[in-house]
Amino acid sequence: MIELDGVSHWYGQRQVLADLTLSLGERRVGVVGSNGSGKSTFARLLNGLLVPGEGQVRVDGLDTRKQGKAVRRKVGFVFQDPDVQIVMPTVGEDLAFGLKHRGQDKAEIARRVDAALAQYGLAELREHPAHLLSGGQKQLLAIAAVLITEPTHVIFDEPTTLLDLGNRRRIARLIRDMDQQVVVVSHDLDLLADFDRVLVFDRGRVVADGKPDGCIATYQAMHPPL
Amino acid sequence: MLSLHHEARTPVHAVPAGLKLLVLFVVGTGSFFVRSIPVLGGALVAVAGCYALARIPWRMAVRQWLVVLPFVAVIFVVQGLLVDWGSAVLVAERIVVLVALAALVTLTTRTAAMVAAVERLLGPLRRLGVRPERVGLVVAMTIRFVPVLKEQADQVRAAQRARGVEYSARFLTPLLVKTLRLADGLGEALEARGVDEDDSRL
Ligand SMILES: Nc1ncnc2c1ncn2[C@@H]1O[C@H](COP(=O)(O)OP(=O)(O)O)[C@@H](O)[C@H]1O
Ligand SMILES: [Mg+2]
Repeated sequence: MIELDGVSHWYGQRQVLADLTLSLGERRVGVVGSNGSGKSTFARLLNGLLVPGEGQVRVDGLDTRKQGKAVRRKVGFVFQDPDVQIVMPTVGEDLAFGLKHRGQDKAEIARRVDAALAQYGLAELREHPAHLLSGGQKQLLAIAAVLITEPTHVIFDEPTTLLDLGNRRRIARLIRDMDQQVVVVSHDLDLLADFDRVLVFDRGRVVADGKPDGCIATYQAMHPPL
Repeated sequence: MLSLHHEARTPVHAVPAGLKLLVLFVVGTGSFFVRSIPVLGGALVAVAGCYALARIPWRMAVRQWLVVLPFVAVIFVVQGLLVDWGSAVLVAERIVVLVALAALVTLTTRTAAMVAAVERLLGPLRRLGVRPERVGLVVAMTIRFVPVLKEQADQVRAAQRARGVEYSARFLTPLLVKTLRLADGLGEALEARGVDEDDSRL
């Protein structure tokens, strides 16, 4: 359960989120909205990468302001560009990275890395330099490296924006099959079509909130074709 | 250096990473005390022999080379004009031996083994306040991001060429902006992945 209570946020003088109060309990929550409407800011608030200028964000009761580190352990984050998210030189090392920083012992890390390599079809690529992966493989690695740490919630900020159709569908399937609660910011309306709930952002406010059909229609109506 | 790892089963690959780093360190410091052109020349031949032993394809070896060649050439000429040509040869030999050896180490050692070796070798310095895990992380992230930065530099150059600018130092400004943005994103990503400023393991 992710809860926002009277959340507003500013960059300098500029307000980018205005008084959001939300309770997100659904397993799959989508977020749409135009560029600059505050989606990424919202996403970063959910795992404590940002703390709100005003108000409170809680994940399963943990306050992101006071228990940021604990929140980040529970809540994984997948960025749009996997090139900033992959920090280790090879696939295997990057998968091991998060576990190492959670103080797991070597045998356990090796076991989980093996399992993840097999699960995500990366087994051949363990020693492969990360920068030689394709765009789709990079995003797959970025997601696998988050999931390997067993978060209970995962936030995605435009995970498919840089991908081609085949890879978009592959990531969509992966998200669909996840057990965790996911919050997905996306311009890819197909990806959100079967979600449990969709939020539509406009200039820092939620202007529609509900089932995907209605919300996506509202969003499309905000941007009529020529 | 854009050296990638070159996987093979050879005696050079089999040498433990820590030992390779030690040899590199010893040769590195040692070469500054050697003032004999034939001795450094001999070292060069020995390093070349190790390349052959490690079965590094010559294309790969040459590629490492093309990157540093201009620097060596400039230093050689400057040294020759300012001091004398004898010491210019010495300086060039020294750089060539060091770079060749360093490249050989990266080509024949898996990064995980290298990082672990760095952490182990720095272990005794922990008492002096050195944090080996942090140095290890920096080494690993450097290996990871050198190709990313090169790619960004290529993109900026291509964008400028597309607009008709051939060579311009102004290419540094957009590159700097990109690099800073990358650094920013990277800080955020590390935090999201559970690395904190006050991490006790770092
Ligand atoms: N770090 C920052 N500093 C200043 N302004 C920012 C920063 N990040 C985002 N903004 C601004 O805040 C607004 C909302 O940004 P963002 O949350 O990234 O929107 P979205 O993800 O919906 O495109 C935009 O106008 C953006 O320019
Ligand atoms: Mg955004």
